[in-house]
Amino acid sequence: MAAPRCSRCACLLLVFIYSLYVVVISEEPTPGNEQHASVVENPQTAAETEKQPTEERRWEATQVDETVPDDAAANKQDLPVPDSVLTSTPPLKDEFQEELVIRPLHSGDIYASFQFRTVWETDFTRGSKVSHYRLFPKSLGQVISKFSVRELHISFTQGYWRTMQWGQPYLPSPPGAELWVWFQDTVTDVDATWKELTNVLSGIFCASLNFIDSTNTVEPSASFKPLGIANGTDHRFLRYATLPREIVCTENLTPWKKLLPCGSKAGLAVLLKSEKLFHSSFHSQAVHIRPVCQDEPCKTTSLELRQTLNVVFDLHASGQGKREWSLFKMFSRTLTEACPLASSSKIYIDVTDNPEEDQFELSPATHLLSQAVVLGDRRTFSVYDLTQQVTFGTVRSLNVLIRWKSTEGDMLRPLLHAERYIAGYGLQTGEIHTLMYNNHPFRSFPVLLLDSVPWYLRLYVHTLTVTSKGKDNKPSYIHYQPSKDRMRPHLLEMLVQLPPHSVTEVTMQFERALLKWTEYTPDPNHGFYVGSSVVSALVPSTVAMNTNITKEQPLFSTFFPTKEESSYFIRVYTEPLLVNLPTPDFSMPYNVICLTCTVVAVGYGSLYNLLTRSFQVEEPSPGLAKRIANVIRKMRGVPPL
Amino acid sequence: MGLLSDPNRRRALINLLTRLNAPICALCYFAGVCWFMGLAFEPFTLRTYMSENAMGSTMVEERFPSGERALATGKEFAAHKKKVGGMPVDWLVKTMQAQGLEVFTQSFSRTLPFPDENKERYIVKGTNVYGILRAPRAPRTEALVLSAPCSPGDNNNQAVGLLLGLAHYFRSQVFWAKDIIFLVNEHDLIGMQAWLESYHHTNTTGMDWSPLQGRGGSIQAALSLELSSDVITSLDIILEGLNGQLPNLDLANLFYAFCQKIGVLCTIQGRLQRNDWDSVSGYSHAVQTMMLMVMKQASGRPWGDHGLFLRYHIEAATIKGINSFRQYKTDITTVGRLLEGMFRKLNNLLERLHQSYFFYLMPSLSHFVSIGYYMPAFGLLAVILLLRALDLWVQLVSPPAVAADGVGDIAQQSSPGVLSVLTPLVISHLTGAALYILPTRFQEIAVEHFPVSETEAVVLTAIAVYTAGLALPHNTHRLLSGEGTEQGWRVLKLVAVLYLAVLLSCTALINFSLGFILALTLVPVAAFVTPHVPKTLSAVVLVILSPAFTLLFSVFFFQELEEMPVSFQDGWLLYLSVISQGILDHYLYGSLVYPLIALMVYPCWLLFWNILFWK
Repeated sequence: MAAPRCSRCACLLLVFIYSLYVVVISEEPTPGNEQHASVVENPQTAAETEKQPTEERRWEATQVDETVPDDAAANKQDLPVPDSVLTSTPPLKDEFQEELVIRPLHSGDIYASFQFRTVWETDFTRGSKVSHYRLFPKSLGQVISKFSVRELHISFTQGYWRTMQWGQPYLPSPPGAELWVWFQDTVTDVDATWKELTNVLSGIFCASLNFIDSTNTVEPSASFKPLGIANGTDHRFLRYATLPREIVCTENLTPWKKLLPCGSKAGLAVLLKSEKLFHSSFHSQAVHIRPVCQDEPCKTTSLELRQTLNVVFDLHASGQGKREWSLFKMFSRTLTEACPLASSSKIYIDVTDNPEEDQFELSPATHLLSQAVVLGDRRTFSVYDLTQQVTFGTVRSLNVLIRWKSTEGDMLRPLLHAERYIAGYGLQTGEIHTLMYNNHPFRSFPVLLLDSVPWYLRLYVHTLTVTSKGKDNKPSYIHYQPSKDRMRPHLLEMLVQLPPHSVTEVTMQFERALLKWTEYTPDPNHGFYVGSSVVSALVPSTVAMNTNITKEQPLFSTFFPTKEESSYFIRVYTEPLLVNLPTPDFSMPYNVICLTCTVVAVGYGSLYNLLTRSFQVEEPSPGLAKRIANVIRKMRGVPPL
Repeated sequence: MGLLSDPNRRRALINLLTRLNAPICALCYFAGVCWFMGLAFEPFTLRTYMSENAMGSTMVEERFPSGERALATGKEFAAHKKKVGGMPVDWLVKTMQAQGLEVFTQSFSRTLPFPDENKERYIVKGTNVYGILRAPRAPRTEALVLSAPCSPGDNNNQAVGLLLGLAHYFRSQVFWAKDIIFLVNEHDLIGMQAWLESYHHTNTTGMDWSPLQGRGGSIQAALSLELSSDVITSLDIILEGLNGQLPNLDLANLFYAFCQKIGVLCTIQGRLQRNDWDSVSGYSHAVQTMMLMVMKQASGRPWGDHGLFLRYHIEAATIKGINSFRQYKTDITTVGRLLEGMFRKLNNLLERLHQSYFFYLMPSLSHFVSIGYYMPAFGLLAVILLLRALDLWVQLVSPPAVAADGVGDIAQQSSPGVLSVLTPLVISHLTGAALYILPTRFQEIAVEHFPVSETEAVVLTAIAVYTAGLALPHNTHRLLSGEGTEQGWRVLKLVAVLYLAVLLSCTALINFSLGFILALTLVPVAAFVTPHVPKTLSAVVLVILSPAFTLLFSVFFFQELEEMPVSFQDGWLLYLSVISQGILDHYLYGSLVYPLIALMVYPCWLLFWNILFWK
């Protein structure tokens, strides 16, 4: 309990210094004036806005020496006149934070979520050529400015998030690759830009994103709203595509790591070793770029880049019956330092379910506790601050160890979860069933279901039924865009109200198309993938949510903006489907073609001939004399010879 | 084709075919039978080979260590089963959960159309328990199934034990790319049917089941395990599924390859393979093995729990442990290793099994007869029907009495012919429909009026309708259109022969064995029957070659092949139970043999019966 008190003291001190400073410089008109006004009214926010110098001070402290007041003062000198190059450090227009959340899961598995956040006070839209990059990766910055991207979300996932066992993830993603982009409204030809963008991203991330074309791209009308600040939400500037077949591996991880300021050399990123990360039950890495508010009144925007990596380690696969986890066991590395460029670097361990340490035991013990509201629930975390040398102890390395005490729990009942499967048998028709479970005991809530089905499954829209509790459940909003063969997929969006404690089933029949023989994949008998459907919902939360996004919070709890205090936003992805289409026998194409052609040419031709012709014995043709005689006889009116 | 375009040559050919029709037919029949018997002769067959590359060259190591533990689990399971008096659902759920599987249960109930006296069940209620091993980093799109039935009595406890042992071992491995579903099904096939229908959300047979809570995507392959002893001498693989469907031959190859690798004796149809193919006994051994397969396939029933998977295009087989009096025993760890190896190779599959044959016969586990080799045997039989049809057609088109102006005459003659053909056709099909519908519909009435049980009532009604059909139709056309004409029976026979040809060909394409056995008996009937042959003798021959008697002979023949010959009395009882089983298979699992016989084959045979009694 000493630590929070300490920080409170620090805050007070800072407020004091700050007000002093306000008095000193109040004569000068500065762009931050309005900000200061609000600051004085609300000392809490003042502490927040002062956070940046604080962090700076800490970092400086570890670097240089213990001359705290001087340093802080120097920083304060810097802030009002950012363009003056007085000191060697450039003006801090960008900031980098790193964070690792570890959540021991109910099933005995362990969930580790990395978040790396770079915020950069810049605006590509103003047309000013940005050429100086410090923390923000240049490769992405150039892409954003060239293609006028407002928001970009890309995720690569290997595996399926098991909601029933693991609960909700901090950041959901579907199996395979997912990409959705909001373009600036200045873009004229969105489709061409999108095509180009996917190809560029394909190169940046070493992934097959170039397979995204018009046949798997949709423009969702409601399901994917901008996550950053945005003026208009015209879905013509939105493109969404998934590649359920994409396999994620080391070659995608390496370019992803290269985007980090410290690479994988220092900080939390040293833990990202592919041989362990891909030895897990679930692996997901993502890049999210969006404009965010710089401060409370939101006068200016900054660009936020979030790189997230989620991984779930399997208890059974790795342990020889020993139920314990440590950083070393998970990642085969321990931590020795924070990334020197990071303004904050923390490890959070979710200890909410473990108030009396009866579930698991945590070592080394930390006194730092933090509370955050995440996914509608107030969670308590033990915090390890890597920017402080104390954290590493005498051995100069941090190896957090979790030792389980209890046995495995039952399956969870998450408030919302969804699954999907194909019903029926045979290769002609089938039925897609999507089940959505609302496990809330008394609240009903609406969900948005997005289904994007490839054209080769010909949906029978008239067979669409939505039932919950045995009754017809009429969706209040349906947006359906039929497919065009070889051009675009089906898009179905529905707003459905899920009654409390119920299962809502959406079914739709389809017919399997017969492809042209060149359209089959090299492994046609494997089947064809249908991407996950997306269920987006505002789920009633158990605690009041904090709607102030600029407030200092752990990164993992601040991704989806919340508008209301009583509910929180989640997105649930169903499993992708593997559908077998009628497939010709490709084993001996040459023989088959030869044989078929022979049968058609010889057999069919002659048989047809034989059946349609009538055979008559032909009289030998009469001689010339006889013909002339006949003509004469005809003229005479006598019957011919 | 040039031969046929020339009228003179065509006439010559037709003359030849009509003149030599009978000898050619006899020759074809003989050749067909010989060809079929030759299929089992080893030099004429192909060695099996692995076609699927993903399973062939990839090396897997089998390391399953804990056979003893599996047996202990099996014993525990047996104890709990005895205590509960059925499926120990709670224990299974707990055990599977402790192994780290996602466990789900499914309850089902089914009232049979009439009591099943073989298994003594009428109203069936049960619960299936299954656990899903989620493959790491796999998106739940593909799955494999390992199932073991929870059988009454002391059977199959070891199978469940081994299943749980394998689940435990598999759970700690990281190489799985497909989810593995471990299923313990109650009431063998009924439970399996309920589970599969629920998994695919279809309902073809009117069963009540609760929906499944967990799924693993599309199932790629399935193995069903039957094991009732702690040690075994050999493993038997059962392939024949519903409606004579077979799994891809690669599944059998995989089993054979692993038996060879691990050194387990393996059998098919319970028979070891022999190396002395050139001796008479060796050949007869192969013929018997193949005939067993033909008989089982022709029956159209699933011969193991795997049989129901095949409808959903899931390659499946049952592996059965056999403990005989041989010296050399194999322990359960070895069986576990074998299954582990098979699952690891199935796990490596990139596509569904499709490279190898789906239509084959196996005279031994290392040799097979593909569709290209066995179809000519059937073709030779079917061509007889076409030859007879040609003969009849020629007789009809050029009647000897009619001269040049015969066009109008034929029209005159054949116009009453239409009705005389249609009437027997309709009536015989109505009889067939009665045979299909009446036995199950009238069981209550039959039980009320006669001192029989429901099952007996069904079987006896079926036999009664069948017999009544013999008396009914051949008189009817006389009531409608007077005396049967010479033209009339020819037209009718032409129709009947072509009908039979189409019917048998279609059957043989789907289920060769059934088509071939039916062709063996029905083709001679179709070939020789006319109203002019001696009545009594022909009637006897016709009845003996009728579908019902074919079934009777098959029952005795099958018992002979299984080396369990029965007396006539027992055989008759067995025959009755086979009929009831056939009807039950249709209602429970959707087997098509009973409707095929009742609605198609029997009416077709009645047409020939009709022709015999034309005058």
